[in-house]
Amino acid sequence: MALAEQKTDLAEARLAAISIPQAGAWLSEARNAAAARLRRMGLPVGRDEYWRYTRPDTLTSVAPVAAAVFDAQDEVPIFAEIETLHIVFVDGVFDAEESDDLTGENLEVARLAEAGQADIHWAQQLFGQLEAAAHTHVDRPLAALNTAIAPDGMLIRVTGPVTKPVHITYRHRDEHSDACLHHVIRLEAGSSLTLLENGPAAARFNKVMEVEIADRAAFHHIRAQGRDHERRAATHIFARLGTESRFKSFTLTANGVMTRNECVIDLQGDNAAAHVAGAALGDGDFHHDDTVFVTHDALNCESRQVFKKVLRNGATGVFQGKILVKEGAQKTDGYQISQSLLLDDDSVFLAKPELEIYADDVACSHGSTTGAIDETALYYLRSRGIPRIEAQDMLVLSFLAEAIDEIEDPDISAEIILRLQGWLARHRH
Amino acid sequence: MLNINNLHVSLEEEDKAILKGVNLEVKAGSVHAIMGPNGSGKSTLSYVLSGRDGYDVTDGTATLNGEDLLGMEPEERAAAGLFLAFQYPVEIPGVGNMTFLRTAVNAQRKTRGEAELSAGEFLKEVRAKAKSLKIDAEMLKRPVNVGFSGGEKKRNEILQMAMLEPQMCILDETDSGLDVDAMKLVAEGVNALRDAGRAFLVITHYQRLLDHIKPDVVHIMADGRIVKSGGPELALEVEQNGYADLLNEVA
Repeated sequence: MALAEQKTDLAEARLAAISIPQAGAWLSEARNAAAARLRRMGLPVGRDEYWRYTRPDTLTSVAPVAAAVFDAQDEVPIFAEIETLHIVFVDGVFDAEESDDLTGENLEVARLAEAGQADIHWAQQLFGQLEAAAHTHVDRPLAALNTAIAPDGMLIRVTGPVTKPVHITYRHRDEHSDACLHHVIRLEAGSSLTLLENGPAAARFNKVMEVEIADRAAFHHIRAQGRDHERRAATHIFARLGTESRFKSFTLTANGVMTRNECVIDLQGDNAAAHVAGAALGDGDFHHDDTVFVTHDALNCESRQVFKKVLRNGATGVFQGKILVKEGAQKTDGYQISQSLLLDDDSVFLAKPELEIYADDVACSHGSTTGAIDETALYYLRSRGIPRIEAQDMLVLSFLAEAIDEIEDPDISAEIILRLQGWLARHRH
Repeated sequence: MLNINNLHVSLEEEDKAILKGVNLEVKAGSVHAIMGPNGSGKSTLSYVLSGRDGYDVTDGTATLNGEDLLGMEPEERAAAGLFLAFQYPVEIPGVGNMTFLRTAVNAQRKTRGEAELSAGEFLKEVRAKAKSLKIDAEMLKRPVNVGFSGGEKKRNEILQMAMLEPQMCILDETDSGLDVDAMKLVAEGVNALRDAGRAFLVITHYQRLLDHIKPDVVHIMADGRIVKSGGPELALEVEQNGYADLLNEVA
């Protein structure tokens, strides 16, 4: 079978297997347009260059692979101590009982499933738009699939500074669940929001988040993908940044047999800054893929990609990161680092860093390393009386520090460090 | 306190003998200096005593207060009272100096079956000791040795020594890379720790450190052995005539 045909067949099979809920005109149009995009692209197969290091089959198949539900008895849920506007989805279904009222200062929050019934909604200017614009250099068909079929998601408009974070928890209860959510976030000029996300969501989760950040607005995003090991996830963040705006995203991934996190950032206004970071910890059949594409299309913008992976017992880490500096995007400051710490000889780290630059006055640097625990540093710590295991944990946290430093709020970074320490304590020989 | 008897050590990977029968006894309350040319085995001796990987002890013993040092893990040696001030202190990004110090102090206390210091007690103690070494609050907050100057790194070593209060302190070329003022500061830190229950083994190339840390006994090491021992005047002899004369004389 020809490759294109195989990909199209996969897409058709997925679309045929799903009954898309009825919606108002704007949402139906957006969904139909996305389905058309998907049909044109087809779903990814292993031979696609962009899927060279991560097998897409379990993400594209009609039915998800079952995943045992994991109930963490030994830790309180992450971010539980932080006062937030809490929104809960269970297996991708909105849980009104568990969620707070969808109101807050300087916030307009609505569910896609409800707002999509209306004839008009502010989100129609954005829904599927950033996703549609992100296929210019590389196809991202799983995101188009999401736009076409996602039954729900949150539509969040931020009109000023929001002090209390919005917190979305994704619970997993059914071992065959297949969740698909599509969020749209619009930060109006000068506004700010912190978004927290946690949880595995389902046996399989396809999530898209489109974020438009207007001039001088700031968006902080911290996510923890949950300890369920058997879950699979394909997520996309599409962010568009206006003048002097800020985007900061940090993801903690501990466990998971299949995670593909894509982040596509478009710097369109001058003097904007986008930072995207990740810390991933994996054991055994863990597979984690960070795929990032940052486009500089304005003057004097800064971007940072900081991705760190700790791998043991044959775990696999993947990083594909690109900085594209368009013609005229002078004074760009682009930085990219991807590193892995291999705790044994069986684990694998695959990295593909790329730079593509069409402006002449820019500073871009990238680096990628793979290494083991530094024996000299370990000896130094032990010579001070710190036992080997504790010393090793300190060095793992030391390795992850540059990524964790991207979290601005000290309470949230303390929460993340606590989870990292918990994982390390549970994964000792 | 420290007894080294006929210690023979080879490099694990090359099967190359480095120490060829070292004998040394350091009594509580005393300061011993080991001098010697490059490659004589001075640093190897400090590594072997503190438990660094990569060395094979082929013969001999080393004990601290009668306990077999060579059979212990590095952290056990530290808890037993041994401390090595590194020639090249290691940078550890992402770990705050204060966190590191507190973890080390409490790990040792725990190993010895003592109660851990509370955050308040620890803070009070570290501030006082840091102040005398001119280590400011900023340096305590920074990641361990990251971005520290040569002098700052060595002062930080002495601060660790002051906090851990070891019985047997080994200083491996603590004077290397220091200007005169920094060396004085380091020496003052060391001298403040001198007491009847504590001993020092100061490894150095040059006599100048010994102007500030006055030794009771000076040993000359060459080709993996201690070839000559004497009083402080031995260090002055080295300074004036170099090692060559002295080694010829021994040979």
